[in-house]
Amino acid sequence: MSAPTKHRSADEIGRTELGPRPFPELGEQRAAADLDAIDTTLANGLRVLAVRRDSVPLVEVRLRIPFGDPATSSVGSTHAARAEVLANTVLTGTATRSRVDVDTELALVGGELDAVVDPERLSFSGNALVSGFETVLDVLRDVLTGATYPADEVERERARLVERIRLARSQPNVIAREALQRHLYGDHPFAKEMPEADEVEAVTRDDVLALHSSAVLPRGSAIVVVGDVAPDAAVRAVEAALGGWTGEGTAVALSPLSPVRGGDVLFVHRPGAVQSQIRLAGRGLERTDERYPALQLANLVFGGFFSSRLVENIREDKGYTYSARSHPEFTPGGATLLVDADTASEVTVAALLETRYELGRLGLVPPTESEVDTARRYAIGSLLTATSSQGGLASFLVNLAGLGLDVGWFTGHPARLAAVTVEQVAEVALEFFAPTSFTGVLVGDAELLTPQLRALGGVTLP
Amino acid sequence: MALPELHRFTLPNGLRVVLAPDRSAPVVGVSVHYDVGFRSEPEGRTGFAHLFEHLMFQGSESLEKLAHFRHVQSSGGTFNGSTHPDYTDYYEVLPSAALERALFLEADRMRAPKITEENLRNQIDVVKEEIRLNVLNRPYGGFPWILLPPVLFQTFPNAHNGYGDFTDLENATVDDCAAFFDTYYAPGNAVLTVAGDFDPEGAKALVEQHFGDVPARPVPTRPSFAEAAPKGELRAEHTDKHAPMPALAVGYRIPDPVNEVEGYLAYLVLAGVLTDGDGSRLQQRLVHRDAIVVDVGAGCGLFGPLEARDPDTFSITAIHPAEVTSEQVLAAVDEELLRLAEEGPTEQELAKVTARWVSTMHREHDRLTSRTLGLGSAELLFGRAELLYELPDKLAGITTDEVAAAAKALRSDSRAVLILKPASGGNE
Repeated sequence: MSAPTKHRSADEIGRTELGPRPFPELGEQRAAADLDAIDTTLANGLRVLAVRRDSVPLVEVRLRIPFGDPATSSVGSTHAARAEVLANTVLTGTATRSRVDVDTELALVGGELDAVVDPERLSFSGNALVSGFETVLDVLRDVLTGATYPADEVERERARLVERIRLARSQPNVIAREALQRHLYGDHPFAKEMPEADEVEAVTRDDVLALHSSAVLPRGSAIVVVGDVAPDAAVRAVEAALGGWTGEGTAVALSPLSPVRGGDVLFVHRPGAVQSQIRLAGRGLERTDERYPALQLANLVFGGFFSSRLVENIREDKGYTYSARSHPEFTPGGATLLVDADTASEVTVAALLETRYELGRLGLVPPTESEVDTARRYAIGSLLTATSSQGGLASFLVNLAGLGLDVGWFTGHPARLAAVTVEQVAEVALEFFAPTSFTGVLVGDAELLTPQLRALGGVTLP
Repeated sequence: MALPELHRFTLPNGLRVVLAPDRSAPVVGVSVHYDVGFRSEPEGRTGFAHLFEHLMFQGSESLEKLAHFRHVQSSGGTFNGSTHPDYTDYYEVLPSAALERALFLEADRMRAPKITEENLRNQIDVVKEEIRLNVLNRPYGGFPWILLPPVLFQTFPNAHNGYGDFTDLENATVDDCAAFFDTYYAPGNAVLTVAGDFDPEGAKALVEQHFGDVPARPVPTRPSFAEAAPKGELRAEHTDKHAPMPALAVGYRIPDPVNEVEGYLAYLVLAGVLTDGDGSRLQQRLVHRDAIVVDVGAGCGLFGPLEARDPDTFSITAIHPAEVTSEQVLAAVDEELLRLAEEGPTEQELAKVTARWVSTMHREHDRLTSRTLGLGSAELLFGRAELLYELPDKLAGITTDEVAAAAKALRSDSRAVLILKPASGGNE
């Protein structure tokens, strides 16, 4: 290296006269202020959850409309395609606003509003300077009650959607996710996160209008408002704007899934891949299950944060991966534990072996008191930091609302985590993290991986 | 907008400190920005600044390997680091009870990091996986931040790959690391930022206690990375074997953000006028009217605005179907720039961009991680952490004439055009 001609050696740099120093104790933690919140339901069935947080003069709005496919199988169903076109065009026109008007009005109040759809829900996500709160609500009212889906916008967005689906399907993580969902849930609509291009091309403006009137419904939906607004004023403003949004029936929640059962991992060939995607899945627990806090801690110890057994093994010890993690996913009527790692082809099978080893070890050599305490403090602290911004809190609360939970669940969760014992963690670890409870997919180059996978076993090869 | 309280002081060893108290939530952010990024890497050592960032997490005199992560996380906190063209940052965000711990962790690795052969080899493997994940195995990996600079710039510091190539990474030695640390990681070459829930007097005492005895070392003279703007249009092609459709990136030079901040900000407003929102010029023209691109974006800085010193880049990127040519996209972009140069944007277009920026800045400040890092990088690069809070007013002061002039300066005879082609031609 050219820079300095004289420098200390690495050994000299790593030593001081004083020697190692003691690590400081934690100071005193100031409690978070109690949340000033209202949770109520309007006459039209819309649940409104308003929380005051005045750290900045903004307001965040999240609307969740259950948007499940009423059919029990995605085979032959056009719901996913119609829902995708709807989400991409719902903000492109009303009787009084063009697409550009919507963007201009929102921009002038420092605002944004987006709509996205997945197999479970149609979500609107918006924000603005607090002075523009009513503008955001009025645009939302206008599109919910009077989106016109202009023909030229539908046509253009449909064409663009086909291209964007193609772009998404070139991403290795999307390829792996689609393969995993199909492997776990088959033809259940939950597995269909993205429609096929030809299905999108067949969607007409009339299809979208019909879906809007039958499925964009207030009953069963929830809106969360977090920001520099008093909760009662926020509820009044939502009621004034959205009280007139009506419709027959209740927004459609997706039918429950069968729990994931363990089995072989399915291999998916991706020619020319220099890296593989390991995606394992097993059954988890709903947030409301009394054993959930113990499972949350067991998951953290396994692979849920950086100081976990999996990351320390396959990244920090062996250098097999940049990113490895495990995390729960809450599904209709249940939950799944997911384990993800991306690894170079040469070390993929060794990484899969180590991952299975750590799954087995979590039950057989259960988490120590110190591992559980580290996970517990992380769980409590990261909940505090993740929800310390308006946007973070709004997104967290709308997800809770989708599970039928409220602010009380959020504020009560640290105490539930504090009460978990090491024995409870050991118990769920043995039951839920057993290697035999997991299945999954592995995406990679078959030419490079097949001989080693055959030797390892437990993988279905093409 | 009311300016939040800021305190700053410098320790005798040269460490610059910014304190930004805010008691609205019981959490605290701590960051250290070192004045070295990948533009300072010597030839033959591409990716070294980033590799070194990884090593700074691998233990110190007081803490064994992995202890740093455990201490932050068992205190309820999160952490990370990142390497940019002109700086490298490290941070933790934690419940406020852990403030002293975070200061200890940053001071300990500034004073005496443990750099070992074993950790170096391990982190070279991890970084190679990071590059496979983000570049080699992914469609549009490194587009445009790795691919555009070698077209727009001629000198090694500005043009090379900041992630590094595998041969250079494998050749890195422990002694290279020691030299790099001694040269660039001196306290006088760094800014410490503390933001969030704390009492300023108490925090100042803790900073002095933990960082005060990090010995002062000479601070390197920062070289100029300036180079002349292109004399003509520079072009290059790149084949991406994973990409399903073609893309292009156009790079232009822009004013020095340090010495000509108003001039620079005119381009930030221009970027908003061009691609921010459905009503913006290029969204309207390319996506909605002509329907020739799938997506289009424009912005200052390949890592975001005000994230580097001179020379910095204005870029326009687009992904388009194979049946559209890159010439069609370029011609439409040039027409829209010409229109803006001749007629200027409307007052309403500027009002939209300004209001969205005010809102964006508030949102960034509300997330403690972004606020801490934003204050730290503004102090390091511009010597003015408060620039962060002044930006909305400064942006509101940019006139339609200034935006028109900025559009006019984006000339087709002084720019770089990178054309990305799918291996399949995009017609799979």
